[in-house]
Amino acid sequence: MSLVTPDFGLLFWMTVIFAIVFFLLAKFGFPMITGMVNKRTDYIGKSLADAREAQRQLRDLAGQQEKLIDETRKEQSRILAEAASTRDEIIASAREKAQAETAGMISAARKDIEAEKESALRDVRREVADLSVAIAEKLVRRELSEENKQTELIDALIDEVKSAQ
Amino acid sequence: MKKSKIISILIALLCLCSTAWADDTTAAEPVPAQEETSAAGEQTGEIDMNEYIFGHIGDAYEWHITTIKGKPVAIHLPVIVRSKQTGWHVFSSHHIAEGETYEGFRIAQSGEKHEGKIVEVLPDGSLLKPLDISITKNVFSLIITSLLLVWLVLGCSRWYRNHDVLREVPTGIVGLMEMLVMMVYNDIIKDAIGKDADRYAPYLLTAFFFIFINNLMGIIPFFPGGANLTGNIAITLFLAVCTFLAVNIFGNKHYWKEILWPDVPVFLKAFPLMPLIEIIGMFTKPFSLMVRLFANIMAGHIMLLGVVAVIFLTAQMGAMLNGGLTIIAVLFGIFMDILELLVAFLQAYVFTMLSSVFIGLSRQQPEAE
Repeated sequence: MSLVTPDFGLLFWMTVIFAIVFFLLAKFGFPMITGMVNKRTDYIGKSLADAREAQRQLRDLAGQQEKLIDETRKEQSRILAEAASTRDEIIASAREKAQAETAGMISAARKDIEAEKESALRDVRREVADLSVAIAEKLVRRELSEENKQTELIDALIDEVKSAQ
Repeated sequence: MKKSKIISILIALLCLCSTAWADDTTAAEPVPAQEETSAAGEQTGEIDMNEYIFGHIGDAYEWHITTIKGKPVAIHLPVIVRSKQTGWHVFSSHHIAEGETYEGFRIAQSGEKHEGKIVEVLPDGSLLKPLDISITKNVFSLIITSLLLVWLVLGCSRWYRNHDVLREVPTGIVGLMEMLVMMVYNDIIKDAIGKDADRYAPYLLTAFFFIFINNLMGIIPFFPGGANLTGNIAITLFLAVCTFLAVNIFGNKHYWKEILWPDVPVFLKAFPLMPLIEIIGMFTKPFSLMVRLFANIMAGHIMLLGVVAVIFLTAQMGAMLNGGLTIIAVLFGIFMDILELLVAFLQAYVFTMLSSVFIGLSRQQPEAE
């Protein structure tokens, strides 16, 4: 039966044509395609690994950043607290100083006032004394023009001194 | 009556288009037969089923495309023969088309020896088969599909040469080819062979695409397709021999040890039962490859032809029966065509996979004990 007996002519041409096709495809066709696609596959694999690595780094970076922000925040609050205490100290010391100064000024003023008062009083006293002396002089000059009056005065003065003693 | 026949013929012609499978000769042959019937009354236009089916799946010296108004439209292919007496002869098959004798050669008629082949008529009247390497229908189809295949694959590889593969991804036909190539390469070849895969990949890929494209072209019913190439034993024999050589030439020491001195009890080896079985196995493996592909594709073709033939066989049985069976035949033909598409892929896949497995077994390293 011719159906299952291979025909020589067809076998001959099949050999020739398949050899040519195989040569062409094996040399220029399939290795090129598989090579390129493998290259791309590798590239994609590498890119994925890179992306994973980048993501990991990014995650690390985010963690670091968070830590940094945390630290900064702590530092900030510490600095703020320090500043507040410093401010309080400064204010307190300034207040103390001011109080002391004020007190000093007040006492100095008081002393001045005291001294002014003293000198004023002294002046007044001197004035009064001078006035009294002048008045007394005038009085005495007028009184002593009469004789008995001079003795009377002397007596009175002596009495006065005596009673004072 | 005549009108209904015309209708049935029209439906039949419709089937020819819609089933995407019909032998052109069937379209041509029954029509005149039916005209005869209507003219001569009771004379029946019998269809020679044997010739119809085997004429289709077999080979021919001309490529019959269709018949228009009783005149065959065919491509006459060159006949190349070498006679022992008169040497080489090259002429067009046009000269021997109707059983004529040309330069002492003619096509052997049915009943004669070497039926359907070119024979040399010797002076004493006896027939002798010359060395025949004519470009037959199958060879011509082989040339067309091979050109198509080379064009497809080289076009695909040219795309890769002209494009930066790291920046661009192929689309369209190149993308399709890439998908197929990589499917065969990764799923079949690499899985079965392992680290030597790149050495065998070109052959296995060529075999896959060669079988696949020829299977597909075989399903197309009109001119560039329609030849029954992968359903021809010569083609599958050649492919099986290729696989046989690929397995046995590059087989490693472990492979030969497994065949000649397998790891079985000595009494099985002393009387060389196991080596005998293994050596027979060496040949049955490619033989099964050959027969599987051949039988599957040929059977598919015969099934489709048979389904379409129902339309013509029932043409004389009245319009109702013919019409009904035509519809069934069309539906069944569509089903068969879809099935054949699956088989076309499946057989290419199976051939490649088994070849890969056989090659993989011949390259296996001994298991560490």
